[in-house]
Amino acid sequence: MYTALFFMLGLGFLCGAMLSIASKVFYVYEDPRIAEVEGFMAAGNCGGCGYTGCSAAAAAVVAGKAPPRVCVAADAEAAANIAAIMGVDPGTAEAILSYNTCTGGNRAADKYFYTSINSCQALATIYGGKRECEVGCLGFGDCVSACIFNALKLGPEGYPVVDDIKCVGCGACERVCPKDIMEIKTMSQRLLHLNQFDDRIAPCQQTCPAEIDIPKYISQIKKGDYEGAVNTIRERNPLLLSCGRVCPHPCEDKCRRGIEDEAVSINQMKRFVADYEMNSGRRFPIPCAPSTGKKVAVVGGGPAGLSCAYFLRRLGHDVTILDAVPMLGGMIRYGIPEYRLPKEVLAWEIQGILDLGIEHKPNLMLGRDFDVESLMKDGYDAVFLGIGAWKDFNLGVEGENLKGCYTGIDFLTNFALWQQGDGAEEQPFVGQKCVVIGGGNTAIDCVRTLVRLGSKEVSIVYRRTLKEMPANMVEIEAAEHEGIQFTFLAAPTRVIGDEEGNATRLEYLKMELGEPDASGRRRPVPIEGSESTIDIDMLITAIGQGPDVFFKDESKLLAEDLNVTRWNTIDSADPVALQSSIPYIFTGGDSATGAALVVSAIGGGRRAARSIHMYITGEEVTPPAKTLFTDNIPVSIFESVEGIEKSARTKMPELPVDERIKSFDEADLVITEEEALYESNRCLQCCLICYNKDVA
Amino acid sequence: MSEMGYFQIIISCIFVNNILLAKFLGNCPFLGTSRKMETAVGMAMAVVFVLVLAGAITWIIYHYFLVPFDLVYLRTIAFILVIAALVQFVELFLKKSIPVLYAGLGIFLPLITTNCAVLGACVINIDEELSFMKSLFASFGFAVGFGLALILFAGVRERITLARVPKPLQDTSIGLVTAGLIALAFFSFNGMV
Repeated sequence: MYTALFFMLGLGFLCGAMLSIASKVFYVYEDPRIAEVEGFMAAGNCGGCGYTGCSAAAAAVVAGKAPPRVCVAADAEAAANIAAIMGVDPGTAEAILSYNTCTGGNRAADKYFYTSINSCQALATIYGGKRECEVGCLGFGDCVSACIFNALKLGPEGYPVVDDIKCVGCGACERVCPKDIMEIKTMSQRLLHLNQFDDRIAPCQQTCPAEIDIPKYISQIKKGDYEGAVNTIRERNPLLLSCGRVCPHPCEDKCRRGIEDEAVSINQMKRFVADYEMNSGRRFPIPCAPSTGKKVAVVGGGPAGLSCAYFLRRLGHDVTILDAVPMLGGMIRYGIPEYRLPKEVLAWEIQGILDLGIEHKPNLMLGRDFDVESLMKDGYDAVFLGIGAWKDFNLGVEGENLKGCYTGIDFLTNFALWQQGDGAEEQPFVGQKCVVIGGGNTAIDCVRTLVRLGSKEVSIVYRRTLKEMPANMVEIEAAEHEGIQFTFLAAPTRVIGDEEGNATRLEYLKMELGEPDASGRRRPVPIEGSESTIDIDMLITAIGQGPDVFFKDESKLLAEDLNVTRWNTIDSADPVALQSSIPYIFTGGDSATGAALVVSAIGGGRRAARSIHMYITGEEVTPPAKTLFTDNIPVSIFESVEGIEKSARTKMPELPVDERIKSFDEADLVITEEEALYESNRCLQCCLICYNKDVA
Repeated sequence: MSEMGYFQIIISCIFVNNILLAKFLGNCPFLGTSRKMETAVGMAMAVVFVLVLAGAITWIIYHYFLVPFDLVYLRTIAFILVIAALVQFVELFLKKSIPVLYAGLGIFLPLITTNCAVLGACVINIDEELSFMKSLFASFGFAVGFGLALILFAGVRERITLARVPKPLQDTSIGLVTAGLIALAFFSFNGMV
């Protein structure tokens, strides 16, 4: 009896002593907060958070690698307690959410009958599943069974629907999906995603230079969720009011309905929801990731610069926009005339972007007031050059410097500066007999501006024909309605002046169309001896523009290391990565591509923001392996589309011609809510290869 | 078992006398840590590590303390105490000296503190009157058998998650049914050694 008692006491004492010695000898400093944090966790060691047990998760919280709400089994109160221990705001780290990237579901046709067990993984082993679509959802809901938080359910369309409130981003669905349709992502990861060859996206989204999820926002409009639609657009395009007005909508050219019928009027719906927000009297909140403390300088406040700044800010970086002119907007403020984009609207839109916490330093020109070295000295981690394309090309003919001769961007900018100024200066010269040379949007903007300024005769001289004009068709039509004369197949050869040096006549050669050239358009060939003249008192040359890279010679660093192409654009080895020959300098928009669309500049700004984000967070700057960029996914482009019932496309409301040519009031108007709903119902809700048929 | 060679002992402990499927010990971690392959592998490694150590230390305690002092009836309680202390000690030691190993096995070690499979294996070693070396081999065999069963079972359960199991049978219930079926399969090893 006593032996046993003493033995057990001795053994217990021995073990205790050994452990106390061991705990001294093998003592490892552990942050006391780890134990405190662990105390608030559910202590189930369930692994739902992705860490091996509660203590590992607690250690990750204390190390700042996991957010206070990491514990998936604990409630919000526990998260708040943990946040209090850590002295942070419970919501600071970005939440990870699950997304379903396939919206095809049951409408995809089957290749074969499948009668075996109801599991996507089993089905996927047989020729990758029974659906015709190689990448689509198989619809048995393995992800639904894998989700231990009941955040997933199989929707009526046969694909999983995520409940954002219940989802904790544990990633079980992503791991179990054999088709990689379920993805867990933070907002930042979502904002930075570029279209890829293996994405499940409709032709319109593939074609949009800004890569907006068009079917999604149209479906949101259809449900009356206009705020959701605005947010969807804002994931890719911060300038929706502007784009809704001026975008030539390349997406509509690839619209599947457009193959059999008139294309869906996508851009008018964008404008509708954008205007809806502006007129709703409040700004829809735009979430930003927690601050990273990195600083980026954006040089140029045009669409590319604004887009880049907007995305960088949403990723949590501190952004400063430095712009050469007093107000932001760049070419869309000083190049696009008031009647196409009212500056009040633009100002509202830009204010929303600046409100995210972006600093704007006006009247600072690169190469004149600062250079890249001074920016780096000020502690910026990267620089975005979005300097646009502001230098007009010259015609290269005799007499083009006579009085009364202008270039397109110069004319538009000077006029816009005067129009948006305080009226103290004299109005720029406007002729009575005006000729604008060129066939692009700048030329059309010039003629329509001249008409509004009271010019009697305004004509466009273009060396090819209407069909080859690069300007937007709606703009050309509007110009025709406003009484613009078009002289096609005419190449200016000389400007003739009088004794005082005023331009009086324009001499041109008539042309005919020959073989197609590199751009695929038929090359105009002059007809010998066909010289004709037109009387003029004002001539505007708008035959294209390129970036002005004078700043390069102002700085030794840039002169030596920054490569520019022979078109004066900033050379980036990869048009998706947009990193220049100096690693911390990035570019995008017109300064990378030459004069192009607003929406392309917005896309460029986002791609540059992605690269800058990778650069300043220490990742290697590379484009994604399967970037789609300007390509289309071949299987998604159809020759013909079955099951379409023709329905008329919503007409764009316009001011009557005689009214609009008298003022700079906005000429194109917004569609009504009924029209937007009607138009949204014309959308086929396409995914990669499936779509909703009009007639079943 | 004491007449067997080392190789037979190992085979017998892994297959014929599998601690989980033949002896039905350690059911708690068997069901608790077999939901994911990752955790099952971690647990298996931790058990191998601890069981070999525990086998050695309990043999010493038994033969040098309990038998000489005629305290064999204290075997169970003494073993529990020693194993628990040992596991805690190993945890402390690993954390300081081999952090890599600790990161891998860390969270499983406390689970083993009260694991009946470990205690059971030690008790069986003593009952079978194995020599020190043989009991080491037996412990190792039992641990590997535990790991094998656990990993097999985790593989099955990962698939069960995707199957349509009737509501009343979900999770642990279907787990136990499956464990029973696997145990039946392991019966066929009987008489091999």
